[in-house]
Amino acid sequence: MRSCLVVDDSRVIRKVARRILEDLEFKIEEAADGMEALTACRGQMPDMVLLDWNMPVMNGLDFLKALRQEPGGDKPVVIFCTTENDLDHITQALENGANEYIMKPFDGDIIEAKLAEVGLV
Amino acid sequence: MNKDDIEYLAKIVYDRSGIVLTQEKAYLLESRLAPIARKEGFNSIDDLVSTLRGRADEKMAWQITDAMTTNETFFFRDKTPFDNLKNHVLPELKARKSAGKVRIWCAASSTGQEPYSIAMLLNEEASKYPGLSFEITGTDISNRVVEKAKSGLYSQFEVQRGLPVTSLVKYFDKVDDMWQLKPNIRSQVTFKQGNLQDDFTSLGKFDIIFCRNVLIYFDQPTKAKILERMATMMPDNGYLFLGAAETVMGLTDAFNSSREVRGVYTRQAGWTRAKAA
Repeated sequence: MRSCLVVDDSRVIRKVARRILEDLEFKIEEAADGMEALTACRGQMPDMVLLDWNMPVMNGLDFLKALRQEPGGDKPVVIFCTTENDLDHITQALENGANEYIMKPFDGDIIEAKLAEVGLV
Repeated sequence: MNKDDIEYLAKIVYDRSGIVLTQEKAYLLESRLAPIARKEGFNSIDDLVSTLRGRADEKMAWQITDAMTTNETFFFRDKTPFDNLKNHVLPELKARKSAGKVRIWCAASSTGQEPYSIAMLLNEEASKYPGLSFEITGTDISNRVVEKAKSGLYSQFEVQRGLPVTSLVKYFDKVDDMWQLKPNIRSQVTFKQGNLQDDFTSLGKFDIIFCRNVLIYFDQPTKAKILERMATMMPDNGYLFLGAAETVMGLTDAFNSSREVRGVYTRQAGWTRAKAA
């Protein structure tokens, strides 16, 4: 079973994402900010990270930069999932090693389509 | 809605588009015609139908037909046909035709995602085909969707289904809350209103025709008629792409199914339409 770390400061969003991803047979871990997520990744690298941008403590972009420096941190597929929907943010995410990008609001179809893009379904 | 009214409306749609509204699809009539009835000032669909029965109204008949067409589409839908185009059809075509124009037709192109997906793919592959230039035509029975296709404007939801984000960044501009294909991609596709029931041979000859998830709405004689007319518009061994649930089998001998590439058919060399007995 593939693993996914869902990183979002909203408990509601994490719950929605968890439900969609569990239906797609992912094993889910959750983190409420970038720092929690980094700690989780240091314990065990997930196959994929679904990543919010704006969060307290450490934001999504800073997490991504840090993750890619970690041993084995190049492995997880990182999909941003954020309300930031302008080209500047998307370009910045891609330049820093994001694999895909979801603009909120999202639904099951979008998540599945994006997972197909990165070869995870 | 009673059975008579359903049959009456189904005939209106069939006569104009060839689309067969099966009994299972009848439920769609209610949900799709209610907004038209409201807009035109009728109290109900029943009122609309009885007025229409009393007085022929071609404009209304077309509105109904338009509402019953299916415009479901998204970028790079089903993916495989685009991989087949890239990995099999284009290299094969190049071996046959190293220079000149390659014409591609998307029949029933809906809101334009299919022809634009092809345009983006060709843009990526262009350096492999220096002698060839590509021309894409999209047609659809519905003026409404043709206009949308021409605009090249898509919602945030539409650009997130089937389109990799790298392509979004490369080929789209953000316009307010929408995303618009850049002019260099838009200019590669010409959209026209066109009914597959009519004689569409004036569109010219095509090396490649995409006609995916369209034939499923027609009855057997209509499918055969459309396929054979398309065959007359293609050179020997021209390529026809059909949807995953569609085939030419049992409809016409104008096309051969490709041995190695599923969903792609080639026009039989030397085929001519059989004369009516």
